[in-house]
Amino acid sequence: MSCIPLLASEREGQSSRYPADMSQRVESFAIGEPLIEASGLQKSYGDFTAVAGIDFEVRKGESFGFLGPNGAGKSTTMRIIAATLTRSGGSITILGKDPEVQGPEIRAHLGVVPQQDNLDRALTVEDNLYIYGRYFGLPKKFIREKIDELLQFAQLEEKRNVKVEALSGGMMRRLTIARALINEPEILMLDEPTTGLDPQARHILWDRLFRLKEQGVTLLITTHFMDEAEQLCDRLVVMDKGTIMAEDSPAGLIKKYSTKEVLEVRFGSGRNVELADTLRSLCERIEVLPDRVLMYAESGEDLLHTLVSAGVQPLTSLVRRSSLEDVFLRLTGRTLVE
Amino acid sequence: MAARIRNISQWKISILSASIGSPLFYLLSVGIGVGSYVNKNSTHGIDGVKYLTFLAPALLAQVAIQDALSDVTLPTLQGFKWEKNFFAMNATPLTGRQIALGTWLAGLVRVCITVTCYIAVMYCFQAIHGLRPLLATLTALFGAASFSAIMLWATAAVKNDELFLTIVQRIIIMPLFLFSGTFYPLSSMPIYLQWIGWLSPVWHSTEIGRWLTYHHHLSSSAIAFHFLYFATLLTCGLTLAVRAFERRLAK
Repeated sequence: MSCIPLLASEREGQSSRYPADMSQRVESFAIGEPLIEASGLQKSYGDFTAVAGIDFEVRKGESFGFLGPNGAGKSTTMRIIAATLTRSGGSITILGKDPEVQGPEIRAHLGVVPQQDNLDRALTVEDNLYIYGRYFGLPKKFIREKIDELLQFAQLEEKRNVKVEALSGGMMRRLTIARALINEPEILMLDEPTTGLDPQARHILWDRLFRLKEQGVTLLITTHFMDEAEQLCDRLVVMDKGTIMAEDSPAGLIKKYSTKEVLEVRFGSGRNVELADTLRSLCERIEVLPDRVLMYAESGEDLLHTLVSAGVQPLTSLVRRSSLEDVFLRLTGRTLVE
Repeated sequence: MAARIRNISQWKISILSASIGSPLFYLLSVGIGVGSYVNKNSTHGIDGVKYLTFLAPALLAQVAIQDALSDVTLPTLQGFKWEKNFFAMNATPLTGRQIALGTWLAGLVRVCITVTCYIAVMYCFQAIHGLRPLLATLTALFGAASFSAIMLWATAAVKNDELFLTIVQRIIIMPLFLFSGTFYPLSSMPIYLQWIGWLSPVWHSTEIGRWLTYHHHLSSSAIAFHFLYFATLLTCGLTLAVRAFERRLAK
């Protein structure tokens, strides 16, 4: 598949078709400079605190993730960044602007892919894209050309004149992402992008997002899937109950909060807890889960040998790499997916 | 402003892609059918004119308001609850205010078409004469616009959407239809029921419509009162609606 130049800045030698007045409104940021800076960000609904004073920074050109279970405050934070939700406290600037003061200007440079698709089902694929483009005040000619590009990107060319209600879930999700790109956003925000998709659709989506990342679009993703976080994010933040527990690259987090490998063993009902103390003496750290015990060590195979030679024979055993799930478990004592 | 127009064009596509009903048949059947019966039984017709002429401006007012009502409540429920389109729009540079006003204006598009067809039919059947009755289209539109502004607010502000449409049908549309002096002069109703008419935008719009089409008697203070009623509905409705939209989108 050809790599489609999605950014006006990429078309060297051609005059940019992107409306001049819109690009001039954003001060130019260099790669690596912070596009979003938040300090003490807070959001409460009456007694309930969704976001309890968090600090973070998103840099241009990176793929930044919010990882955490449902109810952690990820979506709320995203909506504050998208300048559609007013914060209760703290400060945040997006592209150098305060969302409460310059909301529309910020939104002009964002692309938002919400958790649930909110396309207009009675309209066709093309009409959905066209109208959305018009909401940004983009010129008709620009939009028409952009639609061709985006349909190709989303692999929806044949569905151009099909009503959205006739599309499958995966196609609707691809359309929502394509729609979010119509204004060539500086920052593309995706809230749980692959929730509810089958494995094949997930991989197609990851591929598309990866290409966007290669083209320099700054990605902001929330997810509760650790494989998604590991695959897509350069840096991520682990959130739970409205606070940030840790921040680093996926590899950095794993290195810091977990060992290189994990040995998962089962001993049958009840015995897992019984043997806990014995197991603990054999390795750096263990986690006792309802159905299995996780034993953390630099080498899982070696640990298994040690275990067996100590006379402890597990029913089943599995050696695997440490993942962000283990990081989360270490930080909060709970699994990502309840 | 330009974004608001685009908002409207979107709704136009959505609304017109559904069917356009024909209220003309109502006018024809009721007006002519009942009208000939009434005319036969009274030498002076009703209110000094034949029944068809009496009925026509009332139905014009009625249908304008009814159309505006459905073209405002349904898209609003769709935009906030069923398909959540408004939240998608809100993620763009559009503001809550623009979305609210755009929805309101879009709701009037179909009303314009209906009202124009209606007045043409009225002329064809000689229910009205001259050029002055053409102004009744504008007043019918004004009436519909004012009432739809209030309904825009109500639909955006209501918490429990499930029964909303049924309640609107039973408590608002039915009484408006039956108690607004459409088919008979309001004064012929007992006084304890007339107040429904006085509150009803259909009655106000009908009175003005009748004044414009066949010189139904209205004192200048009455005329001023009717227009004031609509002006109040319009300003209050839009202000409250904009606020309700903004609040709901920012939650």
